[in-house]
Amino acid sequence: MRGLDRRDFCRLLGGGIVVLVTTKPTELFAQQRRGYPEDLNAYLRIDENGRVTLFSGKIEMGQGVHTSLAQMAAEELGVSLDSMHVVMGDTDLCPWDAGTWGSLSTRMFGPAVRAAAAEARTVLMNLAAQKLGTSSDRLTVLNGVVSDGSRSVTYAELAKGKQIARLVDEKAVLRSVKEFKIIGQSPKRLDAREKVTGRAKYAGDMRLPGMLYARILRPPVHGATRKSLDTSKAKAMRGVTVVENGDLVAVLHADPEAAGEALALIKAQWDRPAAAFDTESVGDYFLKHVAGPEAKGQFESTFRTGYLAHAPMEPHTAVAAMKDGKMTVWAGTQSPFGARTAIAQALGVEEAKVRVLTPYVGGGFGGKSRTQQATEAARLAQITGKPVMVAWTRAEEFFFDSFGPAAVVKIASSVDADGKITQWDYTTWASGGRSSEVLYDVPGAKVRALMTRGGEGANLHPFATGPWRAPGAGTNAFARESHIDIMAAAAKIDPLEFRLRNMSDKRGRRVLQAAADAFGWKAGAGPSGQGRAIALAVDAGTYCVLAAEVTVDRATGEVKVKRVLAAQDMGLVINPEGAKMQMEGCITMGLGYVLSEELNFRGGEILDDNFDTYSLPRFSTLPRIETLLISNDALAPQGGGEPAIVPMGAVIANAVFDALGVRLYRLPMTAPRVLAAFNA
Amino acid sequence: MKRDIRFRLNGRPVAMETDDQRMLLWVLRGDLDLTGTKYGCGEGVCGACTVAVDGQAVRSCQASLASVQGKNVVTIEGLERDGKLHPLQQAFIDHGGFQCGYCTSGMLMNAWALLQKTPHPSRDAIVQELDANLCRCGAHQRILAAIAEVSR
Repeated sequence: MRGLDRRDFCRLLGGGIVVLVTTKPTELFAQQRRGYPEDLNAYLRIDENGRVTLFSGKIEMGQGVHTSLAQMAAEELGVSLDSMHVVMGDTDLCPWDAGTWGSLSTRMFGPAVRAAAAEARTVLMNLAAQKLGTSSDRLTVLNGVVSDGSRSVTYAELAKGKQIARLVDEKAVLRSVKEFKIIGQSPKRLDAREKVTGRAKYAGDMRLPGMLYARILRPPVHGATRKSLDTSKAKAMRGVTVVENGDLVAVLHADPEAAGEALALIKAQWDRPAAAFDTESVGDYFLKHVAGPEAKGQFESTFRTGYLAHAPMEPHTAVAAMKDGKMTVWAGTQSPFGARTAIAQALGVEEAKVRVLTPYVGGGFGGKSRTQQATEAARLAQITGKPVMVAWTRAEEFFFDSFGPAAVVKIASSVDADGKITQWDYTTWASGGRSSEVLYDVPGAKVRALMTRGGEGANLHPFATGPWRAPGAGTNAFARESHIDIMAAAAKIDPLEFRLRNMSDKRGRRVLQAAADAFGWKAGAGPSGQGRAIALAVDAGTYCVLAAEVTVDRATGEVKVKRVLAAQDMGLVINPEGAKMQMEGCITMGLGYVLSEELNFRGGEILDDNFDTYSLPRFSTLPRIETLLISNDALAPQGGGEPAIVPMGAVIANAVFDALGVRLYRLPMTAPRVLAAFNA
Repeated sequence: MKRDIRFRLNGRPVAMETDDQRMLLWVLRGDLDLTGTKYGCGEGVCGACTVAVDGQAVRSCQASLASVQGKNVVTIEGLERDGKLHPLQQAFIDHGGFQCGYCTSGMLMNAWALLQKTPHPSRDAIVQELDANLCRCGAHQRILAAIAEVSR
């Protein structure tokens, strides 16, 4: 029993029409006979007032799926978008979902939503046919009103007094592209008004009677063990509750600033582990401790990247309270069901005794896959018996982030006299396999990923690491597409021409050509002095090509990105403006890991604790950004939240080379590094 | 120090007796239940908590209650009038100038304060004014377009 219990399910069925979707119909029908639906993908309810509610275990963190999922349901059901309500990330009401990541919401969950809505439409059309005494194929529906041309009946009238539940698989008859009225349009986001008025609620905006704000004692470095603890002064402070429960030491107060003052009164001493490596030595440490192959080729390169912070504007926050016999937790999370499991384990209760609700999430980028703050709030609520908010400070956010891992990539390759790649040997340390595919036509290409999850060396990182928007893909594309340009330059072939010469993949060729045309690509072997470059990535089923132009200040080494053009084939596009917003967001966020972002650390000690030293892209960093969607309606929708960030490192590094004739092998390309490479 | 604090908030008088060294951000979000103003960094380096004090953009995480005594404070909740959005709010919707929405209140308040003193700023002036306001989603291009439209 994962998504909802029997009582909740019956309550849902209280009146109206409910459609449940599964990918495994046979198994599910068997379960439904017992009355316990399980592993549902989606469901949709049309209640007796004609109100349509879509229930989704996904969450809204800015990527716009709140709107695009509603668009898909409204399209198939034949209702207006503004009649849709969407309930997201509530573990008592929504079907189970692993988490919102991997550009999967539209790709994997979208078909279930469309199937549920299409089935609901069929049910309603049949009811309408009975009511109007005609056959359903003579009926049309518009904005929830079914009509045979002369008489009509509304969905609300049809749902009234009914109690109909349907279970379907995803192979429902869907509307075709030429019938679309809502899919393929760019309506204003459903969350727009709330977000521009300050009314949108995030976890930290929850207010419960008697709620206490908690601050938790944190170690100074990762891996430290506590030697001593003195909470007497904090205990003496008025209105303070002190919790000492094993590893969890916290102070709570009705005012968040007072809780912070109480925390400062706690004295603790710590044993710190020795640091094995730091910001500068991490790559060499990986290479020394995890052996890779000694690949030889005409061209041999080593690329390096640093640890990256997710740095969402909203730090991890959760509010927990016992409510109706359940531990109820409002959390800013990408994984409400994962949070529920973790909380149940921490409290020693059944999952059915925990409910996680997900208000709006203030950015995630992979970092809110981790739900530590929700467990902390639930434990403190259990211990104190009061509603508790745990809202991480920015310093805590920088400390407990699951950083995108530092990584090393080694490539050995060879090219023949015709400019064809004849050998490709690729090994990555710690960036994982995503987007490590060679993409180009190379017989016998070798690609290996070392230090992957659970593999040798996976635990060398001195702190938690995890998925960072398109995990590892940016590192892999940086290495591959840089190395492609290295070969093209040596062969004295234009980088676009070199790519086309080595690529038979039709989608890849089409997107490369479209990007070059829109950019106004001027051919020339690198370094051409133009400061322009092109790079390709295939990620989450989507092809994305970036073309960029940079200038480099030869006195300071500062790289200024003037222009980035993105061309993307992502299959059928549900919401074109939403897709473009994601592409622009990817490019803008990408400027960070390319030019300025890298976590400074010494062993388990995190040296960056705020935005003054960990430097995010700003308005003044912004290039001119153009986005181009390459039409491919015959292909089902592919991922949109990540692909355009993937080639950013490569396209900017290649553009710097094109401008200066100097190759950068390490991200970020800070001004001192560019200057050092230029002067070397 | 405990003191009588009086200021105007979104056009209405506020009076409270409390420690005047408390930060405006937490008083707004706690005592006054106006949660539209967000905590982002606590050090005045991200702009998520921006409000206007006597028309100037101020980081409310760094502004003590003593510093707003007798002044006129406007927060995101004060931009809408009689259910009608301020043109900046409407422009943010029309241009898609937000994604997760967490930095949006600060962006809007900083832009609002800019337009109070400079109704027709150049693009460079908008960039300069907003440069210390961080947006992790990367809505920058659309935020600039939204502000430019209103300041034309």
